[in-house]
Amino acid sequence: MGDEVLSIDGLHVSVDGTEIIKGLSLTINIGEIHAIMGRNGAGKSTLANVVMGHPAYEITAGTIAFKGVDLDEMEVFERARAGMFLSFQYPASIPGVQVGTFLRKSVSSVRGNSAPSARDFRKELMGHMDSLNMDKSFLSRYVNDGFSGGEKKRLEILQMLLLNPSLALLDETDSGLDIDALRVVADGINSIAPEAGCLLITHYQRLLEHVKPDFVHVMIDGRIVRTGSAELAGELEAKGYDWLEA
Amino acid sequence: MSGDTARDAVGDYQYGFHDPENATIRFDKGLSEQVVRDISELKNEPEWMTEIRIKAYRRFIEMPMPTWGNCDMLNQIDFDAVTYFLRSSKGTENDWDDVPDDIKNTFERLGIPEAEQKWLGGVTAQYESEAVYHSIREDLEEQGVLFLDMDSGLREYPEIVKKYFATVVPASDNKFSALNTAVWSGGSFIYVPKGVHVAMPVQAYFRINAKNMGQFERTLIIADEGSSINYVEGCTAPTYSTESLHSAVVELIAMDGAKIRYSTVQNWSANVYNLVTKRGVAYADATIEWVDGNIGSKLTMKYPSVLLKGEGSHAEVISVAYAGKGQHQDAGAKVHHLAPNTTSNILSKSISKNGGRSSYRGMLQVTPKAHGCRSKVVCDALMLDSESQSDTYPTMEVGNSSADLEHEASVSKVSNDQLFYLMSRGHSEAEAMGMIVNGFFEPFTRELPMEYAVELNRLLELEMEGAIG
Repeated sequence: MGDEVLSIDGLHVSVDGTEIIKGLSLTINIGEIHAIMGRNGAGKSTLANVVMGHPAYEITAGTIAFKGVDLDEMEVFERARAGMFLSFQYPASIPGVQVGTFLRKSVSSVRGNSAPSARDFRKELMGHMDSLNMDKSFLSRYVNDGFSGGEKKRLEILQMLLLNPSLALLDETDSGLDIDALRVVADGINSIAPEAGCLLITHYQRLLEHVKPDFVHVMIDGRIVRTGSAELAGELEAKGYDWLEA
Repeated sequence: MSGDTARDAVGDYQYGFHDPENATIRFDKGLSEQVVRDISELKNEPEWMTEIRIKAYRRFIEMPMPTWGNCDMLNQIDFDAVTYFLRSSKGTENDWDDVPDDIKNTFERLGIPEAEQKWLGGVTAQYESEAVYHSIREDLEEQGVLFLDMDSGLREYPEIVKKYFATVVPASDNKFSALNTAVWSGGSFIYVPKGVHVAMPVQAYFRINAKNMGQFERTLIIADEGSSINYVEGCTAPTYSTESLHSAVVELIAMDGAKIRYSTVQNWSANVYNLVTKRGVAYADATIEWVDGNIGSKLTMKYPSVLLKGEGSHAEVISVAYAGKGQHQDAGAKVHHLAPNTTSNILSKSISKNGGRSSYRGMLQVTPKAHGCRSKVVCDALMLDSESQSDTYPTMEVGNSSADLEHEASVSKVSNDQLFYLMSRGHSEAEAMGMIVNGFFEPFTRELPMEYAVELNRLLELEMEGAIG
C-alpha cells in the first residue's frame, strides 16, 4: 500500500537481556494519527526509541519498515534524512551549540538538496517560532541547556515543523506543559498531520482533547492489548487500565 | 618511516603539504658556541646581543632537561639533529609580489594575503628562521605603532629592545628559554605608544617547511600607558616522519592601564615539539589576556603566565587543548598576584581522543603583600573514548588570607543520549561529535577573530571524521 509510512510486524525488543516489547504489530498510513497509551513501564518509550534506531535496544525478532523499506540496516541519521522524526521525552542538552546554528544545520542535513536558502530558512523559522510563541532570544541559547520542560518541548515541536517529517513519533510531548503550551504543541502536530503519519505516546488524555487520534492503542507489558477509536481514550480516563489486563 | 607511515602516525593533516626547500643559507645540524656566534654575526647584531646569546647558550648546556611533564617524549629530542638556522629568502619584503614564489605559494595556500586584506591591521609571515613578509597599515604607522619582525626591531630600535629583552623571561628561566635566547631568530617586535588603541588585530604566521628544523622565534610586545593591542598568531608545519622543534619565547609588557590580548591557534603537525615560554607583566590597572589554542604538535608544554605587578591589574587566560593519537598537550596557565587588588580568571578546556593525553598544569600564587585578590580557575576535560587520558596538576600558593579563590574542575564524556539526539536530527556520528566538541570549545572560540573561529571549528570537525566508524 502506497500510503503506508510505518509497519511494525511481530516486534520483540530487549535491553540488556530483558525483553521489553513482546510481540507488537502496528501499521500507520499517511494522514493517520495513532495514540499509544499505557502506564509507565509498558514499553511505550522503548517503542519510539527503537523505531528511531537507539543503539541500546536490541531487536530479537520481527521487523520495522518505513515506507516499505526495512529499517534494520539504516543508521539513525539515515532514518532522519529519510523523513522520520522523534520528539524526545527528555531531549539532551548540547552546551555551547546555539539553537539557531543547530536548527540550520539540522535542516540542511535532513532536507539535503531541497534545503531552503539562508533567507528562506530564516523566514520559515520566524513563521514557526511565531506560531509556537517562541521569542527570538531562543536562537542564541544553547540547545536545551538550562531550558524549562515547556521550553524543551516547544523546541522539539519547532524542529518537527522545520524538518517536516513524513513520520513523527512524539514521546510524552504533552508532559510538563501548561494548558497554553499544550494548545500550541497540539496546533503544531495538527499542522503536519495531514501529510504525515503521527504516533503520539502519552499516558494522559489531555493532549487528545486537542489532537484527535484516528486510532488509540493500549499497551500493557510490551504488547498492544486493545485498539479502538478516539473514544477509547475517554474510556481509559474513566476506568483506568485494570479492566484490560488479562 | 616512509611517507605513508608518517601519515598514518599523524593522521590526515590539512597543512601537511611541503614545498621544496630553497635555502639560501643553511647551518649544519647541531649546536655549538660557534653556531650561536655565527647566527649573531650573520645578522650583524650589536655585541651586547651576542653576549646575551653566548651566556644563554652556556646556561642551556648546563641546565638539565625538565624532570616533570612527559620526560619520555622530552628525552627523545635529539638536539644534534636539529638545524638551528635556515634562511629561505634574501630579506623581509614589504610588498607581497616580491616574496619568492615558492614561499608565496605556501602562504597563499594558508590564506594569509587574503586575511590581511580583509581584517588585519598588520601581518608578519615567518618561514623557517626569518620573516619573509611584513606589512602594517599606514594609519597605525602614523600613530607611532611599531610592528616589525624581531630582527628588524633589534636593528632599528636597539635601545628599546635592550631595555626590555629577556626582562620578563630571563634566559635562565628554563632550558628551552635558554635555548631560545641563544639561537632566537624572527618573531615580532611591537611597541604601542601611550594612549593608542590598535583596533584591528595584528597577525603573525609561523610556518616550518624544512625537515628537522628548529624554529626559535622571539616576540616582544610593549603596550605603553593606556594603550591596547590585539595580537594573533597561527602556526603550521608539514608532515614529515622526522621531528621538528619549535621553541619560542614571548614577552609582554603592559604599562599602567594598558591592555594586551595575545591569541594563538597552534596547529603544528603531529611531529613538532612545541616547547614555548610565554609570560607577561602587567602594571597598575593593566590587563593581559592569553587566548591559547593547542590543536597540533606531538608534545606541547606551554603555560602562558602573567605577573600581576601593579595594583588593580588583571589576567585572563583562556585555553583549549585537543590531544589526538600520539599527542600530549601539557598546557595550562600561571598567574602570580604580586600586588593588592589584582584579579585573574583562568578557563582551561581539553579534549582527548584516540589515546591522546591532555594535562592541565596550573600555578596560582598570591604573595603576602597582595591584599584583596580574586581569582577563579575552571578546568573542564572532555574524553571522547576510554583509551584517552586527561590529568590535572593545579598548584596554589596563597600567602595572603584575604584572597578570594575559586577552583572548579570537571571531567566528562560524550553521552550516548547526546549522540542519539543529534543523529536523530540527521547528523552522522562524526558530525554529531563535531558539534559536541565545537560546543565544548565555544567559550574559547567566541574570543577568537571570526576567521580563526570558523577555521578552528572546521578543523575539529575534520578531526572527528577520521576516527569514527
